[in-house]
Amino acid sequence: MLGLAWTPPMIAFLVISLLILVCAIMAISFRKVIYMALAIGGVFLGCAAVYILLGAEFVGAAQILIYAGAITILIMFAIMLTNHEAEEPPAAWSVRNIAAAVGCVLLGVTLYAVIRSQSWPHGAAGADVNQGQSNPVAVGLALFQHYTVPFELVSLLLIVALVGAVILAQERKEDE
Amino acid sequence: MGGAGSVAIPAQSLLALAAILFCVGLYGALTKRNLIIVLVSIELMLNAVNINLVAFSRLGVAPNLNGQVFALFTITVAAAEIAVGLALLLAVFRLRKTSEVKDLDLHKW
Repeated sequence: MLGLAWTPPMIAFLVISLLILVCAIMAISFRKVIYMALAIGGVFLGCAAVYILLGAEFVGAAQILIYAGAITILIMFAIMLTNHEAEEPPAAWSVRNIAAAVGCVLLGVTLYAVIRSQSWPHGAAGADVNQGQSNPVAVGLALFQHYTVPFELVSLLLIVALVGAVILAQERKEDE
Repeated sequence: MGGAGSVAIPAQSLLALAAILFCVGLYGALTKRNLIIVLVSIELMLNAVNINLVAFSRLGVAPNLNGQVFALFTITVAAAEIAVGLALLLAVFRLRKTSEVKDLDLHKW
């Protein structure tokens, strides 16, 4: 916190990252499952704010539409359709929990040490990622000029996934 | 703001945010008992990766749009993943009347 320049984007970033981390911690520490799903919506919105802060407006809008809109609602539906009164048991110091916590803290410390030990690029001052266009236009051009085949493949994947989801979730006669 | 020039946010801060978010998600995925919350924790980890992709799209040595396009593909694949995952969850719940990880031990030996 000491060597930071207190510019408006930096302050906005600190506020947003605080929101993301608080929501993430709440999402895994609430006991009622439905509250967890609500807190995860806050994480998704915070990530969208980070993308917009980084100049990726289209990715931010897609994040709000797909994650904060569709996926959060889908999770809510799944909770309502299954055991919507489900509660996590109070945090217990079982061997598995301690091992997972130690492993995650070790991973976090290692990642942080690596991040601190390297010098990272700060972006070229004169470079414009959007080549003079607005961000959605530039992303669209990149998608349809350089990434046409992956784009079509991903649409195929979406169709297969959605049809598969419908078939998996529908009632079957032999289950009764 | 906008696409031009350097950003006042250092890359270390963004990477540290993504690393913490990833670890929180990993802890949730490893310890939670409800299958829905495990799926949600995996989404947290995917979001952490997306933050890195967008950050390096802007702050890399040669800034370009590839990171943002990759983030879009990741978001799409994550949407497909959560749709299939929740459908599987509903099918399991209908068969076994439970959504807890510890009850899904049919293949345990």
